Amino acid sequence: MATLIFFLSAAALLQFFISYCRSLIAASIKQPLSAEVRDVTGIPNTASGDDFARVIQLLDLCPERPEERGHIRAINAYFRFLNFVRSTVARIIPALVPWTEMERGQCTYFAAVTLDRRIAFSRDMLAQQMDS
Amino acid sequence: MPGLIGYVIWVLGALLEVTVVVCALKRHAFRRYLCLNLYMLFSFVVSVVRYQVLSQCGLRSSEYLYCYYYSDAILTIFLYFALITLYLHVFDEMRVEKYVRLAAILLLAGTALFSYLVVQQSSQRMATSFVIELSQNLYFVGLVLTYVLWGAVLKLRETRTQLIQLVLSLGVYFSAFAATFALENMFPNSVAYIAPVFGCLLPLAWAYAFLRVSHDARMATARLAMVPR
Repeated sequence: MATLIFFLSAAALLQFFISYCRSLIAASIKQPLSAEVRDVTGIPNTASGDDFARVIQLLDLCPERPEERGHIRAINAYFRFLNFVRSTVARIIPALVPWTEMERGQCTYFAAVTLDRRIAFSRDMLAQQMDS
Repeated sequence: MPGLIGYVIWVLGALLEVTVVVCALKRHAFRRYLCLNLYMLFSFVVSVVRYQVLSQCGLRSSEYLYCYYYSDAILTIFLYFALITLYLHVFDEMRVEKYVRLAAILLLAGTALFSYLVVQQSSQRMATSFVIELSQNLYFVGLVLTYVLWGAVLKLRETRTQLIQLVLSLGVYFSAFAATFALENMFPNSVAYIAPVFGCLLPLAWAYAFLRVSHDARMATARLAMVPR
């Protein structure tokens, strides 16, 4: 019985976690990327999952905004989960490949939007320092 | 649980519970999600009371055990009602408020009766066994109800981002706890710090939903379903 409850609740946990991460990503999808971030990241209109690591490296170079810390971690965990699905389950069920690619791309877009916000945040801080 | 790591997680959880209420007050969402905020406030009060009893009586004292299990049962009932208020938010346009309330009370009474029947056989400490059984059963009922609520959110194409995030984080919390309970049953003492860490995630997610997501923000729920609609 405990085993059954474990597997059922683990499946529910997975579903809620994926939907929660998607709800975080969905808010950023509407936001267009600035031309500057497009140039820096090399992302044209649609982002690819292969660019995620590079965008995260660029993110690490910018001062962190405290309110975004949890999101980046959640999306990072979600991206790792997608990589795991792509390299395991998707090999058995090929229909999952386009889904994981699309989701990985959205994770990259989310990271790029966050980068955009951090650059704007850094600029504001610099401007405030110059003024004072 | 206590030990240094245990205390750190405990304090962190209590601080996050207060943060939820502060964020809700700051964003004028306290009254809109009154039950959720009262649950967080009550959780904080319970943490303080538990700490008092723990420091006076010790971890293995019967006073602390009674305090822990009875307060846990009350907290679970509070969380159950918080979940029901989320139902009321989702179904508010359908004007089925009194039916939802009635169904919630009947379900709670049914769960209590079922818990009583389960522990009826044990002659000693029946009240304590009952509150422990009731807590565990309510957690499982909470998980099922959250799953049904998520189905309703998708079906009714609910678009309020804040409400969606509150429901999803509650779903993560309930399912994580149910999985942890089951894992503990399968392998005793294997999940010492996991449950308290999960306990911190719910206030963290709710604080974010209140602070960062505007009440007016909308999203297409079709984007959130695992299977594209």
